[in-house]
Amino acid sequence: MIATTGWRTLLYKETLRFWKVGFQTVGAPILTAVLYLMVFGHVLEDHVKVYGTVSYTAFLIPGLVMMSVLQNAFANSSSSIIQSKIMGSLVFVLLTPLSHWGWFLAYVGSSIIRGLAVGLGVFVVTIFFAMPDFAAPLWIFAFAFLGAAMLGTLGLIAGLWAEKFDQMAMFQNFLIMPMTFLSGVFYSIGSLPPFWQGVSHLNPFFYMIDGFRYGFFGISDTSPWLSFGIVGGAWLVVSAVAVHLLRIGYKIRG
Amino acid sequence: MPAISFQSVCKTYPATPQQRAQGKPGLRAVDDVSFQIEEGEFFGLLGPNGAGKTTLISMLAGLSRPTAGAVSVHGFDVQRDYAEARRHLGIVPQELVFDPFFNVRESLRIQSGYFGIKNNDAWIDELLHSLGLSDKANANLRQLSGGMKRRVLVAQALVHKPQVIVLDEPTAGVDVELRQTLWQFVAKLNKQGSTVLLTTHYLEEAEALCNRIAMLKQGRVIALDRTSELLKSAASNVLRFKTDADLPWEIAQHARITGRIVQLPAQNAHEVEQLLGALRQAGVAVEDVEMRKADLEDVFIDLMAGEQTPLEVAR
Repeated sequence: MIATTGWRTLLYKETLRFWKVGFQTVGAPILTAVLYLMVFGHVLEDHVKVYGTVSYTAFLIPGLVMMSVLQNAFANSSSSIIQSKIMGSLVFVLLTPLSHWGWFLAYVGSSIIRGLAVGLGVFVVTIFFAMPDFAAPLWIFAFAFLGAAMLGTLGLIAGLWAEKFDQMAMFQNFLIMPMTFLSGVFYSIGSLPPFWQGVSHLNPFFYMIDGFRYGFFGISDTSPWLSFGIVGGAWLVVSAVAVHLLRIGYKIRG
Repeated sequence: MPAISFQSVCKTYPATPQQRAQGKPGLRAVDDVSFQIEEGEFFGLLGPNGAGKTTLISMLAGLSRPTAGAVSVHGFDVQRDYAEARRHLGIVPQELVFDPFFNVRESLRIQSGYFGIKNNDAWIDELLHSLGLSDKANANLRQLSGGMKRRVLVAQALVHKPQVIVLDEPTAGVDVELRQTLWQFVAKLNKQGSTVLLTTHYLEEAEALCNRIAMLKQGRVIALDRTSELLKSAASNVLRFKTDADLPWEIAQHARITGRIVQLPAQNAHEVEQLLGALRQAGVAVEDVEMRKADLEDVFIDLMAGEQTPLEVAR
């Protein structure tokens, strides 16, 4: 069944695209996250307690879930656009009456769906190792949604900007990956020296993971409202950039 | 209201940094092009590689923006009213592109959906049948041959029943069967009222199908007329023969040479005698001599040789 309006069809197509290669786009990231949990959890479980009472494995689960959400949301929009640009199949969308808002909703929407699907998968598998609390479930959903939207939008911008896979890999490996890893996925930034705590506060990814983790434990390094404001504000800024690039046809219309 | 209108359209690609460093200007791919295509016409856009045909079509499709001028489809400006313009337009791109994630039917359903069309299976089935794709409906596009992929491109362009169909070299590198199937189907759509804009390097196809033709050279329209009028403008007859010898330069410069076959314009018996006499004098042995009527390719070669004044006859 095909959706009846243009942007919903593009959303459906983008979702179907990653679902058709689900082993690669959903299964593989879940396995990776579980491996992280097994290795780090095994090494550090008996040595580290976070927030005073939380076991390291339980602490790690929300971080890994959010990291998977962020990385896969980014991968979805960026890989779809760069692939279709290079293979030429983007022309099928370029020739349609879809507006730039339609493009934005569809590409970011499908990234959110993939990010949340992978995140849910990681969570379901990892709770066999430790069950975190659910202190504020609405915050869990809010930060997962916002984080996926933010990275889906960044992926859209990267996909439009990159002209070859090498440029995309540079964006992914030298920007997204370090910012994700250094955002507090594997540790609480409260354990860092003051200087590095200050540096971490300049990383917008930190607020996504910290706010998301607050939803589980009711404890965080920063107020969830501050995190929500920063992440929401950052998303609005990158969304404005993405919509503008789509409106002017940046690197997709000559 | 014309189906397609180009008004004083220019397209200049800016110089690359290397070209700028060498003091070279950007490339003017389309230079002040104006013409209209009326509803129901089968219109040919001809020209050598790099003449600006695909650039014109890209601007029509909204894939690139004119540097100056305006392009419209059924009165809708392709920049300002892009959504309406694109609803009226179905474009078969020149490159053989496909989305490897989907099968043929999925691709066509998705393309319908982009245009807000639901429950389009009856038309999709008709397209599949007409283009000989019925047994490939559930095949992934990766599994199809080049010719089959080309058919799918045609189906994708027609899936929203556009009033204007643009075919950018649709038969490049495809077999005779597809050509026959494609032209029968497109001619049928044209008879039913669709406007067709065709670019092709197969001039016999253009001559057979197009009511009117524009010829482009270096981004400018150098001829625009009814096909029959263009044919009249050329030498009415052509002398054709085979030879293994090199032709004298003064004859060779007017000749169309394909391997051993030489074709020369000749209006009447007197010119034929003169040509054969000159060849005999130059010691050129000829065989299989025959006369034929001039065709569009002769007109094209004459015009591209740049010896004729550009025609600006809009009919």
